[in-house]
Parts: sequence; C-alpha cells; structure tokens
Amino acid sequence: MDALYLNQFLFLGAILFCIGVYGVLAKRNAVIVLMSVELILNAVNINFVAFGAFWSGQPGGSPISGTVFALFVIAVAAAEVGVGLAIVLLIHRNRKSVDLDDVDLMKG
Amino acid sequence: MTVLGAAVAQNIFFYVIAAIMVFAAFRVVTTKNVVHAAIFLVMVLAGVGAQFILLAAEFVAATQVLVYIGAVVVLILFGTMLTRAKIGRDVDLTNDYWFVGAVTSVMLFAVMGYSLWDAFESTPLPEDTRIGGVNNTAAVSDSIFGQYLVPFEVISVLLLSALIGAIVIARRD
Amino acid sequence: MLENAWIIPLLPAASFLLTLFFGKRLKGGAHWFGIAAVGTAFVLALVVNVQWFQHVDEAEHEAKSAEVNSEEGGEAPVEGEEGLGALDGESAAAPALRAEEGEKAEEFEVEPITRSWTWWQSGGVEFKAGMLLDGMGVMMLFVVTLISLLVHIYSTDYVKDDRRYTHYYAFLSLFTASMLGLIMAENTLQLIVMWELVGVCSFVLIGHWWEEKPNSDAALKAFLTNRVGDVGLLVGVIVLFFTAGQTFNIVEINTLANEGAISQTALLVASLCLLAAVMSKSGQFILHTWLPDAMAGPTPVSALIHAATMVVAGVFMVGRMYGVFFNGLNIGTSSVNALAVVGGITVLGGAGLAFVQDDIKKVLAYSTVSQLGYMVMALGVGAWTAAFFHLFTHALFKAGLFLGSGSVAHAVHSFDMKKDMGGMKKFMPKTYVTFLICSVALAGMFPFAGFFSKDEILAGAGQLGGEGNYTAFVVVGTLGALMTAAYMTRCIYLTFFGEYRGDLSHHAHDHGDAEAAETSDELDHAAAPHVDVPHAVPHESGPRILVPLYILSGLAVIAGLANLPKNGIFSFLPESLTLRFEHYYEPKALYFPIIEHPEFSLATAVTSLVIVTVGWALAYAWYFKGLGPHGITQRNKLARAGHTLLVNKYYFDVLYTDVIAGSVKGPIARAANWFNQNVLDGIVNGAGIGARKSGEWVYRNIDQGIVDTIVNGSGATAEGTGEVFRQVQTGKVQQYGVLLFAATAVLAGIFIIVI
Repeated sequence: MDALYLNQFLFLGAILFCIGVYGVLAKRNAVIVLMSVELILNAVNINFVAFGAFWSGQPGGSPISGTVFALFVIAVAAAEVGVGLAIVLLIHRNRKSVDLDDVDLMKG
Repeated sequence: MTVLGAAVAQNIFFYVIAAIMVFAAFRVVTTKNVVHAAIFLVMVLAGVGAQFILLAAEFVAATQVLVYIGAVVVLILFGTMLTRAKIGRDVDLTNDYWFVGAVTSVMLFAVMGYSLWDAFESTPLPEDTRIGGVNNTAAVSDSIFGQYLVPFEVISVLLLSALIGAIVIARRD
Repeated sequence: MLENAWIIPLLPAASFLLTLFFGKRLKGGAHWFGIAAVGTAFVLALVVNVQWFQHVDEAEHEAKSAEVNSEEGGEAPVEGEEGLGALDGESAAAPALRAEEGEKAEEFEVEPITRSWTWWQSGGVEFKAGMLLDGMGVMMLFVVTLISLLVHIYSTDYVKDDRRYTHYYAFLSLFTASMLGLIMAENTLQLIVMWELVGVCSFVLIGHWWEEKPNSDAALKAFLTNRVGDVGLLVGVIVLFFTAGQTFNIVEINTLANEGAISQTALLVASLCLLAAVMSKSGQFILHTWLPDAMAGPTPVSALIHAATMVVAGVFMVGRMYGVFFNGLNIGTSSVNALAVVGGITVLGGAGLAFVQDDIKKVLAYSTVSQLGYMVMALGVGAWTAAFFHLFTHALFKAGLFLGSGSVAHAVHSFDMKKDMGGMKKFMPKTYVTFLICSVALAGMFPFAGFFSKDEILAGAGQLGGEGNYTAFVVVGTLGALMTAAYMTRCIYLTFFGEYRGDLSHHAHDHGDAEAAETSDELDHAAAPHVDVPHAVPHESGPRILVPLYILSGLAVIAGLANLPKNGIFSFLPESLTLRFEHYYEPKALYFPIIEHPEFSLATAVTSLVIVTVGWALAYAWYFKGLGPHGITQRNKLARAGHTLLVNKYYFDVLYTDVIAGSVKGPIARAANWFNQNVLDGIVNGAGIGARKSGEWVYRNIDQGIVDTIVNGSGATAEGTGEVFRQVQTGKVQQYGVLLFAATAVLAGIFIIVI
C-alpha cells in the first residue's frame, strides 16, 4: 500500500472491457448494446490515462499522448453514439422494434 | 505511527470506486430495465471520471463528465424514449446465446489478465503523476495545439461529419 | 545397231499409235504404217543379225588369240579338255566346258548386249526396263519381223474391205511391237508386261469379228486360259526374285542359278510355276484348249500369232530362263522331268486330235500344239539348240501352211474341208504346191527343214540326259512324226484331191462385199447383201497372197541348211558350214548352263525317215486308195469310243467349262455367298451390335452412373458444406461479434501465452 500500482488500473480496465464485451454480444436491445460499447470505450480510456501516468515517471515516451488520446476517444465515442442512435431510430421507424435478433436480413 | 500516506488513501479511494464501477457495469448488462441500465451507466461513467482524477488527469475527468454523462447518456435516454423501449421491465433483453458471449468475455479476461499480470506485475505508478510537471489542462492544451494539432482538427471534422450524418440518417422525409 | 536394237520394237509401236489415230484417213487403206514399220524393223533385224554374227566371230577370234598367247606364255591348260580360255578376265568362273568326244571344244564367251534404264525405285529395289540381246533374241527378231511382214502383206488381200480394217492393222502392229519387246526383255518384269500385252493383242485379234458370239467366246477363252497360266508366271518370277537376291534381271538370275547360288528346291518350284505359264501360252496339255478355238480369228492372225510367234513365247521364255530350268529340273542328269513329260504328252495328244478335225485350220492348230510339244520336249531333254532350231523352221512352214489354208478358204469362203473343199489342186495349183512343200517340211522329210530340226530333237532325246537317256521320249517323238505325216496327208487329200464338194452356184465372189464374214466353221451369207453372181469355180488367189507363200515355202526348203550337223555322214562338210545356227545363236555366257549337244546319229535319222514314209504310206492307202477298215467306228465299239474321245477333245472342254467353272458358278458360289451373308456379315453386324450395346452399357453405367455421380456428388458436397457453413451467416451482428471476440481471445492467448 505504498503506492498505486499500474496493474490495478489495468485490471479495472480489463474487467470493464470484458463486461462491455458481454453486453455487446448478449443483449437484444440495440440501445443496451450501445451502452455496452460505451463501457468498452471507457475501459480503454482508463487504460490510456493509466499508461500516461505511468510514463510520466519514466524517461522516454510521451506521457501526454495517453491523455490526449483519451480525449480523442471521448470525442469519437460521442460522435459514434450520435450516429448509432440515428441508425437505431431508423431501424425502429422501419420495424417498430429494436430487437437485434430480428435484424438478420443478411442471413445467408 | 506515521500518518497513513497518500498512497494508502489513494488505494482505498481507488478500490472503493472500482468496486462501485464494476458492480454498476455488471448491472448495466444484466438489468432488464433499459432506463435502469442507463442510470447504471451513469454510475460507471462517473466512476471513470473519479479514476481520472486519481491519476492527476483532471481535464480529462472534467471532459468525461461533461461529454459522457452530460451528452452521451442524455442522448441514449432520448434514443430509448424515441424507440419506445418499454419503460419498465422489458420482455427479455438477453440474447439466446448469451452464454457464448459470457464464455467469450471470460476467455478474453483470462487472456488479458494473464498477460497483464505477466507484464506489469508490481509496477508502481510514480508519486507525482502530473505529466510534464504542470497541471493537466496546461499539458493537454500544449499538446493538442502543438504536437497533436492535426488529429485535433481531424476530430473536429469527424464530429461535424457525424453530426451531419446523424441528421441525414434520422431525417424524416 | 546392236546397241540400238531397242528401236526395233518401237517402230511397230509407233505404227500402232499412228494407225489407230490416222489410219482411216490414209488413202488406200491403213496398212501402210504397219507395213512400213514392220518392213523397216525387218531390215533392221537383218542388220542386227549380221552384226551379231560379227560379234560372235570377234569373240571367238579373241578367245583363240588369248589361248595362243597363254600357251606361248607357258601357261599350260590344267586339264586336257580345257581348250580356250574365257574371253573376259572373269577367270573365277569356270569357262564353259564343251568337251565332246571328237569335237573341239568351243569355249568362248559371247557377251550379250544389254542396256537398261531405271524406271523407278522403291524400297531399295530398282525396276528397270531394258534390252537384252543375245543369239536367241537375234534369231527371234528375224523370225518375228519376217513373218509379221509377210502377214501384213498377205492381209492387205485377205481382209480387204473388212469392217474393221484399220483396227486390225493397228493391233497387228501392236502385237508385233509387244512380241519384239518380249524377245528383248531384259528382266522378268518386262517379260511379264510383254507377255500380257501379247495376250491382249491375241484376244483382240481372235475376236476381230466379235459380232458373232463364237468368236468373242473364243477370244475370252484364249485370254482366260492364258491367265490361268500367268498365275504360274507371276509366282515363278516372285520366287526367283527373292531367291536370287532381289533381282529381276534375267542374266543375273540365270548366272546365279548356274553357279548354284540358288537352292535346288527354289529352282524346282520356280521351274514348275513357270511351266504352268508355258502350258497356257504355248498350248501344252492341259491348258491347250484355247488354241484350236482361237482359229476363230482371221487366218493371217492365226498364222502370225498362233503358229509362229505368240505361242512360241512360252518356249522362248523357257529358253531365256534355261539356267533356272536346267538346274531346277536337273535336265542334264535325269531321264525324265516335268518339261519333257508335258511336251511328250502334248506331242501325242495334239497329233491324235488332228485326225478328227473337219476344219482345215483346226487341223493346223492341233498340229501346232503337237509341234510345240516337240519344242518343249526338246527343251526338257536338254537339246536347247534343237528346240530353237525347230522353232525357227516350224515358224516358217507352219505360217506357210496357215497362209496356204487361208488362200484356199479365201477362194471357197469356208474352212470346212469335208463339206466345201476337195479337188482344189486343179483350181489352185500354186497354193497346192506351196502347201505340199510346207507339209512335207512339217513331216520331216530330208532335205527339207523339218527333217533337220525334228531329227536333232530325237537325237537329243536319245543321247542326252542321265542314266538311260530320255529314250521314252525318242519313242514319243517318233510316234509323233508318224502321226504328223498321216494327218497332214489326210488334210491334203481332203482339201486338194478328190471331187470338189463345194457349192458352185451359190458363191459370192465380190470382194467388195465387206460383210462376208469369214467365220471358222460355216458360211454366213444371210446377212450379206450381195449380188448373187453365179461364179463357176474357185480360182487362185492374187499375188499378195501368193508371194508370201512362195517365200515361206522356199525358206522351208532351205532353212534346214542352217544347222547342218558335222559328224557322221556330214563330216565332209567344212566347219564353217556346219552347225551355223548353233554357233551363232546359242548363248555362250555365264547365264547359260553348260549343256551337251547331240550328234548326228544315222540310225535315228534313218529310223525317222522310215517312220515318216510309213505314215505317209498308211494315210495314202487309207485316203487315196480307200484301203483299210473304213467305217470301223460304226462297227467297232472300241473304235467308236476312241473316235468319240477324240472328237470331244478328250473331254477337256467339258472338264473346264462344266465341271470346274460350273461348280464354281453353282455350288461353290452359293456356298461362298452363304458364308459371306451369314458368317462374315454376321461378324460385321455382330461387331456393330456389340459396339452399340457396349456403348449403351458404358453410357448407362459409367457415364451416368459413375461420372455423373462424381460430378453431381461434387456439386452436392459443395451444396452440403455450403448449407453447413451458411448457418454461420445468421445475419446477426452480435453473432459475428461473438466469433470475432472469441477468435481474438484465442489468438491472443496463443500469441501471448504460448509464444
């Protein structure tokens, strides 16, 4: 308990990531899926920032990159949610439901 | 007896927030109520912001709260409402093959956990995790207007195009 | 001229073409080309003969001087009998030994004149056309061109205003050309070609008046009977070709045969095969049946072809290939062989049949058959020179007899002696005299030609050969001489003596009447629109008919002097007068076997003269005096049977036509047809059906069963696996995502943990 360890944050990120993956794969509602995607992105963000903090104490490397990248991820995530919800709306408009199990027009 | 060091406080803080986050995340994917899922998501997002502060990246934390909780979750709630998801208990939000998904995520966690443990076992973070010795905002601004100017502009364009795209897609015509 | 003697056959060949294309336009008839060509050929043949004599004399002279030189050089001859050395330096082969008791050996080689041009080559064998001229060829050139020329002149009167005058002369020329070509053939292939060509000309000329069916039948019979023998010719030539080391060249084949390089068996087989050809072409028994029927042709044709020239082609061929025959049949050392037997049977058979003929030409035809038998018999006993001398003299007097009979028949327009002739002596005295001279020559009375030639044959039969010589054939020959004299007397009696039996009133003597067809047996005036001129009596023929008769009978008298013997009672003669024929004409080269020569035997000569006189006397008594058992054939069954046998020509025609041809036409043809339809066609159809059925089976089982199964199976497999894999494509993004993440996890695990 004398310091924060990098692994803590990384493990936290891993857990969140895996939960997010489960949500993406196993949920029927499109909106829930989008929320799970947000979980994943956030897990990644934690990773980035943790590493940024890690590298700030190490010679070499560019510690600010982690932080900046996390910012960019946030921005992209926002954009992605916007577009994604637009699509979900469209699906809903056409089918009156957002059940992902029904979206199988590409079934071969 | 020395006063418990900052590290101890950080650790406690960390573990508590982490536990809340994990629980909330778990509830996001297991709740049957979409709105509840959104609320739990808010908890997760907030927890992430707290972790950012712990890592001395306060600008990112502020941005996180603003953008994610303020905009994204609102957006999601709008989406929920507009898609007439049942407010309240839903029929079944889980897939038929959730088990496969569970297995997959467990496998993934196993791999990741093993590799993390293998690589970064007991690697401490530095005492002062401020980057560049300056506060986070200054460092970030130095970076995005200096080294990462082009990606910054590209992100701007991306947001613009996403905006336009979303409008186009969801247009009623 | 010797080198260029190949021109001689080309002259009549050219005249054939000219006559065929331009003959009709010639004023005065188509015969001028022919007469000009054959006349020139005759003159050239005389020149060639003279040059050949010089050639022989030179060879002898050189040989004698070489012997003188070698004796002076101290080279004594090894053996006492070896006289003169060989001409050219080929001392490897033994010089021709002609050791005879009391005779000086004539041992010089006379090279034949040969030229050849390669016609074409294939498979390593060269096919040549060329010219081989030796003594025998030169003699035959003379005979053929002389008789042909006389026949050409004779025919201008005999077939005047004939319906196919031009055609007749064209084929006379072609015949002359091919006979001359045969004589000068350098290799056996050329011999075969010319052989067949003379056969074709014979066919055309026999069937000259083919509008009457008996004539065309006779022509066919002649040609087809000759074809039977020609099979033997072909087989013999092929056998010789292969056993003599793939050569057709006559000189080479005979040289190899004489040296013993060809096996005895091969030579025997070849000799027997060639003997078949001789039997058919030269009218030997059993293939002689065509010759009497060939009398259906015009008489000059009979004189030329079936007396003097074509029928001797077989004898000529034996003489040409004498090396093969002599060594194959062991003529020099046996006392009986196939050649002699065939000849002997022919002598007697032909002579017997000549007794019962009413047609004068048929008598002469059977006489020809008999005399040809003499020639073949002579070759069979080894008396080569005798055979060819007899050929020479026979050509002269037999042609004379035929032309004489033609002269008589031209006067009475018929050939039937019993019905239409008789007492012709007073109507046609000149013809009678020539006919008589020629028939005396035929019978063989001294000093006419036939005596010398026939006597030499008899002497040869008695003296040559192995143990016991050929004495059986002496008897045969003598008997034949008797019969010859007898039947010729009969013939002369029936024709020239007695009362004229012809029809004096109904007699067309208008020679402008071309439709008076002269068939062999009967008058045919019904179709001839003629003016019925009541002509009183038949009269002597014109000069164009008579002059050839004079020439031939004159030659028949003196021709015997060509081969006077030089021993016995003739020893007084200087050497340069004796045996001239043999000296100049008998080949003396490596390709001719070493043969012995008979001497003049007074006993044989006197015996034959006596026998001939006896024959005359018997016939004279029977016919002229009416003595003897006339009418015996009506009374005596045995006599009648014999007579019937003779009249039916020993039933050979029955055998050939009814038995052999009839059975082939009938049962054998039917059996062959059945075999063809059922067995052969069955096999063919069966093959077709089998192919179809197997095709169907293959189609059903293999094509559709196996191949299609494979093809369909592959398709089905693709479809099945597609079905299986298609289930992956659920269309659900989350499932894809599952796959994606799972695979990533696994791969990452592998990369991180394992590697």
